[in-house]
Amino acid sequence: MPKAAPGSWTRQRSSSIGERAVELGLAGCSLVSIFVTIGIVVVLVHEAGVFFADVPLGDFFGGTTWTPQFDPAHYGVWPLVAGTLLTSGIAMLVALPFGLLAAIYLSEYAAPRTRRMLKPALELLAGIPTIVYGFFALTVVTPALKNVFPELGIFNALSPGIVMGVMIIPMISSLSEDAIYAVPDSLREAAYGLGSGKLPAIIRVIVPSAWSGIAASITLAISRAIGETMILAIAAGQSTEMRLDPREQTETMTGYIVRIAKGDVPTGTVSYNSIFAVGLLLFTMTLVMNVISYRLSRKLRARNRT
Amino acid sequence: MKGSEDVAAWLRGRQGVWTERVFVWVARFAVFAPLAMLAWLLGNVFIDGASRIDWDFITGLPSRHAHKAGIYPALMGSLWLITLTAVIALPLGVATAVYLEEYGRTSRLAGIIEVAIANLAGVPSIIYGMLGLGVFVRFAGLGPSVIAGALTLALLVLPIVIMATREALRTVRDSLREAALALGATRWRTTWHVVLPMSIPGILTGAILAVSRAIGETAPLVLVGAVAAIRFAPDGVDSPYGALPMQIYKWTSVPNKDLRTNAAAAIVVLVIVLLLLNSVAIWLRNRYQKRAY
Repeated sequence: MPKAAPGSWTRQRSSSIGERAVELGLAGCSLVSIFVTIGIVVVLVHEAGVFFADVPLGDFFGGTTWTPQFDPAHYGVWPLVAGTLLTSGIAMLVALPFGLLAAIYLSEYAAPRTRRMLKPALELLAGIPTIVYGFFALTVVTPALKNVFPELGIFNALSPGIVMGVMIIPMISSLSEDAIYAVPDSLREAAYGLGSGKLPAIIRVIVPSAWSGIAASITLAISRAIGETMILAIAAGQSTEMRLDPREQTETMTGYIVRIAKGDVPTGTVSYNSIFAVGLLLFTMTLVMNVISYRLSRKLRARNRT
Repeated sequence: MKGSEDVAAWLRGRQGVWTERVFVWVARFAVFAPLAMLAWLLGNVFIDGASRIDWDFITGLPSRHAHKAGIYPALMGSLWLITLTAVIALPLGVATAVYLEEYGRTSRLAGIIEVAIANLAGVPSIIYGMLGLGVFVRFAGLGPSVIAGALTLALLVLPIVIMATREALRTVRDSLREAALALGATRWRTTWHVVLPMSIPGILTGAILAVSRAIGETAPLVLVGAVAAIRFAPDGVDSPYGALPMQIYKWTSVPNKDLRTNAAAAIVVLVIVLLLLNSVAIWLRNRYQKRAY
């Protein structure tokens, strides 16, 4: 703060032109977000267009063989989509029960002090760089799982899926906890007043009325799992065979993009350009999830306001 | 429509003290099991890596001989990246947040920007890498330079800065804005002299969150051409560069026990930098919160 008497800056002469310029400048900065959104779409559509000039759309979306580096090359994207869905599915199998139960515990059972300590602690999980999780999946979790499933490969879908699930637990637990915590006490009291116990009230009244917030957190978590890259690039492997066996190695859409971009393939070739087509599909999938989540959380906010 | 007694009976369900007790224990497990996994992860990495860390590891160059290799160029690359990223993303993000909260609350443009930001926050980081490759590396002709990497990361963390700053601006009470306006201050002077100073703790927290995110990102850097095992530190914004996560990725992907130990040691350094950043955030927040009005 300057040493001037309080309030002196409020009386300085101000030009309305200066004010207007500041407002325009701020509006200009905020336009960057719109340009970035447009930029993503333009880059992906343009570069994918180059790819689709060589490979028909029908082959890309209809084929089940993905062999860009073989001769003849096949560009059927389904094996990569299957890899993404398999690992995301495993991650959600882990994150969903843990995240929801943690949210219910923190909101309804934990003492306020415990809640204040445990919630940020859980959020730490989301703050660890994904490269660290990848290292962990490959060097610790896979060998540990091998004791249970001896036929597990060095690269497999199971271990990175589980680790990714742990990583997204706080996405579900934090947002769901916010939603459950925001359920008005009058609903709890009404349920107790009708003779309900705590657990039945949670299952039949509180969780259902927080449902749109919980669903928003789940869709956001799915979107995060679909787009996660490094854990899979490190620990899932590179097989693009079409299969859904979690013990075998697999390659996701993101894993493929990283492997090609890393320099496996010279730029400008059809197989290099294929990463943009895969990227466009990935972007579309996450966009759909994000839009659903955005709608759901707005519904929640609109309801809470009344 | 059920009668109220039916509803009451339905709500009562089959209540057993044991059912609830078991449920609470299961739920408690759901909180502590992930935390235990985190402890297992960090403990494992520290046991593997800590003994490998010495001054030579921090100041040394990558080497074919695992036990001689160091992370100096990668570490310097990461410091360049996060500094430039913060310098680019912070003013842009704060300006956007100020526009949305203080100026354009009701404008159509603000509504569109809001949707764009909500969408950008959920875009996978690898897609930002493709954007950076298309726009900064190729179209703008920056090539695989540290500035192209930093611009890409800045766009990636922009939503974090914007959301944290908006949150901070919202905590400033309207009565203070009204008081400044009533004294004859313009909207910008009110923002600059009253609202922003009071929002500094929140903005700083957002800045550190953004930097913490940027320093661990790997996938976008692969796309925009960061070098996996670089032998020199950047000497300018147009210099080729490596980064700590890129070096970790390189060492992890080779099936060699000594290189994996190096990766663990580099992870320890990365986690320590992250912890330092976050302690600074907490310290700053406490320091400023004491002066809260």
